[in-house]
Amino acid sequence: MKMAKLPRETFHVRQLTAKNALKRSTQETTVLVCAGTGCVANGSMKVYEYLKNACQERGINVAVSLREEAGEKGIHLKKSGCHGFCEIGPLVAIEPMGIIYTHVHEADCDEIIEKTLLGGEVIERLLYQFEGKTYRSRDDIPFYKGQKRVLMKNSGKSDAEDINEYIANDGYAAFEKALFEMTDVEICNTIIDSGLRGRGGGGFPTGRKWDSVRKNKADVKYVVCNGDEGDPGAFMDQGVMEGNPHSIIEGMLIAGLATGASEGYIYVRAEYPLAVERLRIAIAKAEEMGLLGDNIMDSGFNFHMHINRGAGAFVCGEGSALTASIEGKRGMPRVKPPRTVDHGLWEKPTVLNNVETFGNVPQIILKGAAWYRSIGTGNSSGTKTFALTGNVVNTGLVEVPMGTTLREIIFDIGGGIKNGKKFKAVQIGGPSGGCLTEEHLDMPLDFDSLKKLGAIIGSGGLVVMDEDTCMVEVARFFMHFTQNESCGKCVPCREGTKRMLEILERIIHNEGSEEDLDLLEELSNTISSTALCGLGQSACKPVMSTLKYFRNEYLYHVRDHHCPICDGAKRHPVIDPEKCKGCGKCRKNCPMEAIEGSAKKPHVIDGAKCINCGACIQNCPFGAIEEG
Amino acid sequence: MKQDLSRASEIIERYDCAEHNLIAIMQEIQAEYKYLSQDVLLLIAQKLDISAARVYSVATFYENFSLEAKGKNIIKICDGTACHVRKSQPIYEAVHQYLGLTGKKKTSDDGMFTLETVACLGACSLAPAMMVNNEVHAKMTPESALELLESMRREEAAQ
Repeated sequence: MKMAKLPRETFHVRQLTAKNALKRSTQETTVLVCAGTGCVANGSMKVYEYLKNACQERGINVAVSLREEAGEKGIHLKKSGCHGFCEIGPLVAIEPMGIIYTHVHEADCDEIIEKTLLGGEVIERLLYQFEGKTYRSRDDIPFYKGQKRVLMKNSGKSDAEDINEYIANDGYAAFEKALFEMTDVEICNTIIDSGLRGRGGGGFPTGRKWDSVRKNKADVKYVVCNGDEGDPGAFMDQGVMEGNPHSIIEGMLIAGLATGASEGYIYVRAEYPLAVERLRIAIAKAEEMGLLGDNIMDSGFNFHMHINRGAGAFVCGEGSALTASIEGKRGMPRVKPPRTVDHGLWEKPTVLNNVETFGNVPQIILKGAAWYRSIGTGNSSGTKTFALTGNVVNTGLVEVPMGTTLREIIFDIGGGIKNGKKFKAVQIGGPSGGCLTEEHLDMPLDFDSLKKLGAIIGSGGLVVMDEDTCMVEVARFFMHFTQNESCGKCVPCREGTKRMLEILERIIHNEGSEEDLDLLEELSNTISSTALCGLGQSACKPVMSTLKYFRNEYLYHVRDHHCPICDGAKRHPVIDPEKCKGCGKCRKNCPMEAIEGSAKKPHVIDGAKCINCGACIQNCPFGAIEEG
Repeated sequence: MKQDLSRASEIIERYDCAEHNLIAIMQEIQAEYKYLSQDVLLLIAQKLDISAARVYSVATFYENFSLEAKGKNIIKICDGTACHVRKSQPIYEAVHQYLGLTGKKKTSDDGMFTLETVACLGACSLAPAMMVNNEVHAKMTPESALELLESMRREEAAQ
């Protein structure tokens, strides 16, 4: 057997060194520049570079990673993971002062160095302000106050690219515990007892999945992490992959121990280049240190990790399509059973879990199943991250215990609806989910309560819609998405979604009829009971749920042929009294007898009767009628 | 003009000519050549010892692979849910018009830009978002999008 690169004792030394270094660094000034996709898009890397150069020019000693040696003085400059509150980025946190600056640009950097870093003074104008109040520390901001961060505990507070910092925060300690102190059965049982359920959408008990793979006899088994977060409006997994990549690796290592697998694959969607980059760095660092590879810590356990980049197919988020894609094939789902736990990647037993699920594993192993169960509700334990977006004041990543109500998320954390508008609905679970309305605001969000309502937690996208959003248009949007992403293998999805989209397009253009609504329902039922995979089966959910809760808006389109939301209040043509000669042609041609007026006097259109057919406009010889 | 395929050969060999690396191979070749030409696809089939139909089937399945030459800069306008409800469509239309694109044409006549849409960039808090090459730009408007493209044109002209 090969000598271990990192014997257990050496790991303990590393742990101690890292913990001491972190402890020392907390006594020095640390500047954390957010390096999540959102803040990078707002220019945070320019801020980082500027701060680094400007500090060095002033002769300040800048450390960009934890210093293992004591004695040196200076400041720490770190690229942190996503804080979650991307709306107010680029974010710069300064510790141990405990302040957070918002909307920081290069122009603010000199002032920050002079006043705050050197002078210890707080710059008021860069602090977060909301409803007339100024907030100095992150944890006081209402957006963070209502949250409970387990998975994202260190996101925004530590350096995402530094493995030592992860180790200093108890990283890989759970793996070490599982490796030396637990049997595979004990690991599976702990995960079963914790009540952890798949965070990718289905909510299947994770421990039971692992146990099935463990019991399967095979020469090779695999652990696969689904990071193909394709739901539009969802970016929780992105936050974890970018901000805490080692937690995913550690979770996968533990899954490997529990099931007897020694190969791991992470499948990341192509649109997340930064997540791929961070994971690559994390894997390389873990390999270099000896936490991945052969005979890890002299235990005889081997584990190797690979990254696969997606190539832009939403359907690859489905388990069997994802494994097909890793094998280099077209990413098309297959008929199940056999399930992935029996025949997964390369026909071998495979553990396939979502990013967030793996991310929760280390803390469960470390703190125990009972601790995890104490968070959340009966059948849905733990926390859930949500991507809160749309017409809401505070958008961003939110982590709350399962069972938190929508009202708490949207109004307490999210700060309510943008521009003082009225709340109408929230779309949950993306193209496979449904919408929830005012009446559901006080319902606790967990797997089972949502299932009853025909929605799903899904991956966790929450898109808030205000009164100006037409729900028929929302349904059409999602159907267009699903239609576009249908892989084409089964007829119900390939043809059915196409027909449904055609009907919805017709309705949106006010050319539909009431029978179309029945047709939509019939097609929905057929597709959801006959499509091959989850994507097809749930494709109709947005239509079904909008039809259920917002039938009146469909009726605007099919009965009145005018939607006050899409088409505005002015709903019928208007006759310009200046131009009208009172010839009566429009009156005679109106099929609804909606135009009144006597000869040679300007005519008037009765809005209550008008169906907006346009016959009057076509027949007016004077061009006196304007479109509504 | 015959395409120089030596870089493509190198990439395929680096991936051990292994069939399961097909997608990774095509991704890397596309990054190098900007698209997958017929010659490239045939070369892959030959080196991996699989049928050309199999290579073609994978190349056409995934949205990211392009069988036609693309422009120098790739613009992706996000049409995810969050961007959609914060009005990303007018941005697409403005850029579309600015680049003089019609019908199925996605690349501007000068070969500078290719316009695409993407389902979600994961920058939903900063909607509407737009990606130019690999850089995400936040909170765009039709005006700021055009301004960005114009500044890129100016930079190009200056060089």
